[in-house]
Amino acid sequence: MAEPRRLGERAPCEPLLDVNGLEVSYGAIKALKGISLSVGKGEAVALIGANGAGKTSTLRAVSGMIKPGSGVITLRGESVGGLKSHEMVPRGLAHAPEGRGVFPNLTVQENLDLGAYLRRDKDGIAADLKKVFGFFPRLEERRLQMAGTLSGGEQQMLAISRALMSRPTLLLLDEPSLGLAPQVTQVIFRILRDINAQGTSVLLVEQNAHLALSLAQWAYVLETGEVAMEGTGQALLASEDIRKAYLGE
Amino acid sequence: MKSFAPVAIAIVVLASLQVLTSGSQYFVYLSLLVGVNVVLAVSLNVINGMTGQFSIGHAGFMAVGAFSSALMSQTLNEYRLGFLPEAVEHQLFFVISLVVGGVLAGGFGFLVGLPSLRLRGDYLAIVTLGFGEIILVVVRNTPTLGGALGLSGTPQHTSFFMVWFTVFIVVLFARRLLASPHGRNLVAIREDEVAAEAMGVDTTSYKVRSFVVSSFFAGVAGGLFSHFQSIITPGDSFSFVKSMEIVVMIVAGGLGSTTGAVVAAVVLTLLPEAMRALFITIGGDNASLAQSIDQLRKPIFGVLLVVMMLTRPQGLFGTHEIWDLLKRKKGAAS
Ligand SMILES: Nc1ncnc2c1ncn2[C@@H]1O[C@H](COP(=O)(O)OP(=O)(O)OP(=O)(O)O)[C@@H](O)[C@H]1O
Ligand SMILES: [Mg+2]
Repeated sequence: MAEPRRLGERAPCEPLLDVNGLEVSYGAIKALKGISLSVGKGEAVALIGANGAGKTSTLRAVSGMIKPGSGVITLRGESVGGLKSHEMVPRGLAHAPEGRGVFPNLTVQENLDLGAYLRRDKDGIAADLKKVFGFFPRLEERRLQMAGTLSGGEQQMLAISRALMSRPTLLLLDEPSLGLAPQVTQVIFRILRDINAQGTSVLLVEQNAHLALSLAQWAYVLETGEVAMEGTGQALLASEDIRKAYLGE
Repeated sequence: MKSFAPVAIAIVVLASLQVLTSGSQYFVYLSLLVGVNVVLAVSLNVINGMTGQFSIGHAGFMAVGAFSSALMSQTLNEYRLGFLPEAVEHQLFFVISLVVGGVLAGGFGFLVGLPSLRLRGDYLAIVTLGFGEIILVVVRNTPTLGGALGLSGTPQHTSFFMVWFTVFIVVLFARRLLASPHGRNLVAIREDEVAAEAMGVDTTSYKVRSFVVSSFFAGVAGGLFSHFQSIITPGDSFSFVKSMEIVVMIVAGGLGSTTGAVVAAVVLTLLPEAMRALFITIGGDNASLAQSIDQLRKPIFGVLLVVMMLTRPQGLFGTHEIWDLLKRKKGAAS
């Protein structure tokens, strides 16, 4: 396997998540052919690439929703490859899956309660609830509304908020801008930036490469199950290849 | 401690009712049938309503409980402890047999629940259906269980009190479950399994658990049933038809609603009986007329269900409980 092209210098930071040689197959289809990536403490890292490149598969393998075929995943130095989701959440990982996945017939409040369901610290939960309502005041107005009747943008806000309610150290987000109007996407990304600035590490999968690269300190470009390129968000944004392939210029 | 007061009240109320109603054999018999169906419906609602899995083999678990507890009871009946009054001893043996039937059914629930980890929807339904039929085939070919002729001679221990106390326990259990973190996990799985998993819910273990507790209560219901039937046969009382009857009850009551399951089980058990009584009155002395009108019962029943599903597809109460609806009415009025 060729070494991925590297653009720009990565700011040094304490390692949090390390993925090495990750492979995932669905039956005969090899979706990931040995991916290596890392996320540092407090870092926002983006994963971009065409449809079917394996972005969702990467996130699902990291959060334990699918079993990796091979490869090593370490979180804070602990090898966590092959652990299930319910074992990853207590280790500080939260995954907001693709397509939002809110619980449609539960209220906004109940959705958020479920996000915090492994926690027992009532005061901390109340504080975090206040915090996410601070980020998304619209959710507070609608806390007794069924999640399925929220608009697409509001559902995405809820999905992110629900993930935050577990007070994760690492937040995995799969296409938060999916199907949203540009203004709503802007709002969500502004808040993601805040969340990241307040210390939560973020691993972000996003079709909108421009937004993703402006948010992320470091980014990986996936092509058919392999990392083709990596670099700082700024450097990739400036790269000719990236502009042609992913920014439509 | 919190649950002590309601339990005490239930015991007193049910015991008095038992004394009060003991005069009418017909009423007692009906109340036993109704009670057993309520236990079956409320327990199936844990799998189909709360967890969102689809089981259509509930009668199979009931059969496991019915036959195993009947056998257990017959065996125990040959022994005497001596230091207890005979009536107390009988009830003790009865409770032991019920628990044995429940636990065995729960064990089968575990085995049948395992495929639910991999199978969804229709496929899981077929597994549960197959299980129900296999159990009957096994019983038919097991001489100790009476074979095709059925098992008779089971001590007739089931009383109004025992049945309705079980109803009380299963309803209390379902209510507490739904209010607990465990219940919230089940609902999360029903609403969106992937999101539930992402939330850290151990979906595999919770799906199996819901099968186990649900089957346990179905087994107990079977035990109650076999102790007031002079004979149990591996036929209609435990077949696919019975399973569908229970599914219809919880769908009509509103999947996920415990009180809905209770109300629907009561109504749907009594309705055919009421119709029979009514038609016999209409037919009067003319026995053949009464009989031919009686044959209309099933079609009428079917039509009622179709009308109900067309006008209220979410069932009587949807996923709500009866008091939620009353509260909302009150809210709207004021
Ligand atoms: N459950 C599955 N069964 C079989 N193949 C799958 C499954 N999930 C994903 N794949 C295949 O694996 C490859 C990678 O899929 P993945 O969902 O990871 O892509 P992605 O980068 O997230 O794409 P998108 O941008 O469209 O969301 C695709 O070819 C897809 O068809
Ligand atoms: Mg994807």
